Amino acid sequence: MEYKLSKIGVALASLCVCAGAMAQTGEIRVLVANHPYGELLKLSIPQFEKSTGIRVNVESLQESQLTQKLTTEFATKSSTVDVFMTRPLQEGKMFSKNGWYAPLTGYDFNDYPKNIMNAASFGGKPYIVPLVTEWQVLYYRKDLLQQAGLKVPTTFEELEAAAQKLNSESVAGIASRGKGAAAVTQASSYIFNYGGQYLENGKAVFDSKPAIDALRYYGRLLGSYGPKGVTSMSWENIMPLFQAGKVAMWTDASVFYGQVVDQSKTQIPVANFDIANFPAGPKTNAPFIVSSWGISVASQSKKKDMAMKFLNWASSKEMAIKGMMGNITMARSSVWEDQIVRSKMNPGLIATRAFAAKHGTPVDRPYMSAVGEARDLIGEVIIESINTKGTSAKLDQMAKEKVTKVNELLQDSGEFGK
Amino acid sequence: MIQSSFTERNLRILFPLPAVVFIGLLMVFPILYTLYLSFTSWNLTSGMDPAFVGLNSYLRVFSEPRFLHAIGRTFSFTASAVAIEVVLGVAIALILNRAFVGKSLAKLLLLLPLVATPVAVGIVFNLFYDPTIGLLNFALNALGLPQGRWVSSENTVISSLVLVDVWQWTPMITLIVLAGLAGLSEEPVEAARVDGASEWQILRYVTIPMVMPVILTAMILRLIDALKTFDIIFAMTGGGPGYASETLNIMGFKYSFEYFRIGQSSVILIALFLVVLLCSLGIMKLRASSEN
Repeated sequence: MEYKLSKIGVALASLCVCAGAMAQTGEIRVLVANHPYGELLKLSIPQFEKSTGIRVNVESLQESQLTQKLTTEFATKSSTVDVFMTRPLQEGKMFSKNGWYAPLTGYDFNDYPKNIMNAASFGGKPYIVPLVTEWQVLYYRKDLLQQAGLKVPTTFEELEAAAQKLNSESVAGIASRGKGAAAVTQASSYIFNYGGQYLENGKAVFDSKPAIDALRYYGRLLGSYGPKGVTSMSWENIMPLFQAGKVAMWTDASVFYGQVVDQSKTQIPVANFDIANFPAGPKTNAPFIVSSWGISVASQSKKKDMAMKFLNWASSKEMAIKGMMGNITMARSSVWEDQIVRSKMNPGLIATRAFAAKHGTPVDRPYMSAVGEARDLIGEVIIESINTKGTSAKLDQMAKEKVTKVNELLQDSGEFGK
Repeated sequence: MIQSSFTERNLRILFPLPAVVFIGLLMVFPILYTLYLSFTSWNLTSGMDPAFVGLNSYLRVFSEPRFLHAIGRTFSFTASAVAIEVVLGVAIALILNRAFVGKSLAKLLLLLPLVATPVAVGIVFNLFYDPTIGLLNFALNALGLPQGRWVSSENTVISSLVLVDVWQWTPMITLIVLAGLAGLSEEPVEAARVDGASEWQILRYVTIPMVMPVILTAMILRLIDALKTFDIIFAMTGGGPGYASETLNIMGFKYSFEYFRIGQSSVILIALFLVVLLCSLGIMKLRASSEN
């Protein structure tokens, strides 16, 4: 009996020693997105581990699943996540409301544009370090435009004319996202260029005449000259079509450029692809330019020192230059001035970014906590427009109903009129 | 010694205890907790803690046309899929019950879809169904037949999804019914043959009635899963285009993890739970009466 007890005692004691040892060797849990920069971080983590001695347990997930996983973990108040990639415009408001971001006092934010920092700060305090920036562009096939004797479209009229001319049985004239919620971010630039908005002063305004005109244009464009089944397509469906040569022009975020010109993934010679400024609308040319991804420390993290070390490394200028060399468009301003980067990066990316940084709109969706549901509601209007090629008689009424619902969402979360 | 007499005296409690604890923690508790949440208005986007609101969440959900449409779609998807799977599954089982050359190979090939991962099946079928670069439209075009939009059109998305479900799950019905057929006694069939019954009459009046309880068991199992189908719908359409393929389970997921309306999603999930319970009880009653 005594021998048995002492055996148990030794086992328990060694268990305690092991547990204590594990807590001291330094391991953090990091969640990243299935995004080009997330991939780069994963590849570079061994260097971080070597130089700091901190072990990194990294997990990567698709963007909406990442949000869902983080939400589920944080809501149970027992999360072990230390650092995570986050989308300021998608979950920023909700996460900061629930107090899930740790404040980032002491971090130097001078290298980031002010309007991007507005979306990364809440109540005047910064909680997210912007990583990646993206803006709306027009990808196009140089060879197809040349064959048809067309110049690169610079206005919505020219865009529609070119789409009509280039459209055929085997090649769609133009593509853009049509899949409801996913389409909201890409339709935004069309709406801005008509002089419309999703929200203004905390109220939904996408039933205004400029916004409806924009949505009718978007529906007409995609309904008439878009790929078959476009209302089920987001970027992951359009990109393979574009790479297979089935689409002549594509409006979407700049971040896909690197994959489009990757010859191992593209069936068309990459010299035939190019990138241009998003065309101007009747009112203006103010395509979105946003920080799509940032990085934060979890407020529930019990290893904040090590977490901050990782965050500082992952958002450092060195890592940003690494990203830029891989055609990942980073948020830090200084890396865009770096001479080596400028010599290697596609001049089209540099030029379109400079344009968007000067004239662009810093949001691409209704900026609110219940943005997931709002995007679904606006998506219904977009799908109705595409299905009827912009001619739907119900569109104005439908938009009004959705505006009422989005305003209810704003009221429920205490954001109406703010 | 003291220990063993305690165990001996309480065997009837101790032996089932692990299973009871497991069921209690992982099945009963989540259901009761979901029921509790359905009486709250917990919404993660508001940043506030759950508030008890009685039947308010139920009223809000039941008055949403989207909820009623989701119920309709759940039934239409399930009814089509299970009906086709049962008829096809029984037919294949009857064929496989006979001896023929290449029977083992045929059995292996026919049962392969069952072991494939539903999400992988969904992704591959998405490529297959793509209107522009998909194999299906390419094959139809080569044969001079009209092409379709399949999962990209509101009109054909449910039937396209049913096709994928039938492809994957018919083998399950086949397996169960085949086991049932193997267990049938030969005497009634021989007696009928002696009485001059044709093969079709034997099938219709002897074999099928004898194996009906097994068929209904297979149908109950398949029905419960089909009502809750999530993986292929989520992987292939996410409930789209628009909401055209949104069933109760998909809607519950969206409300939980995209809208963060935990209270209302709990209502949707309780509704799904009741639908599955009632349908299963109905078929079980049918099975009990068919056994008599």
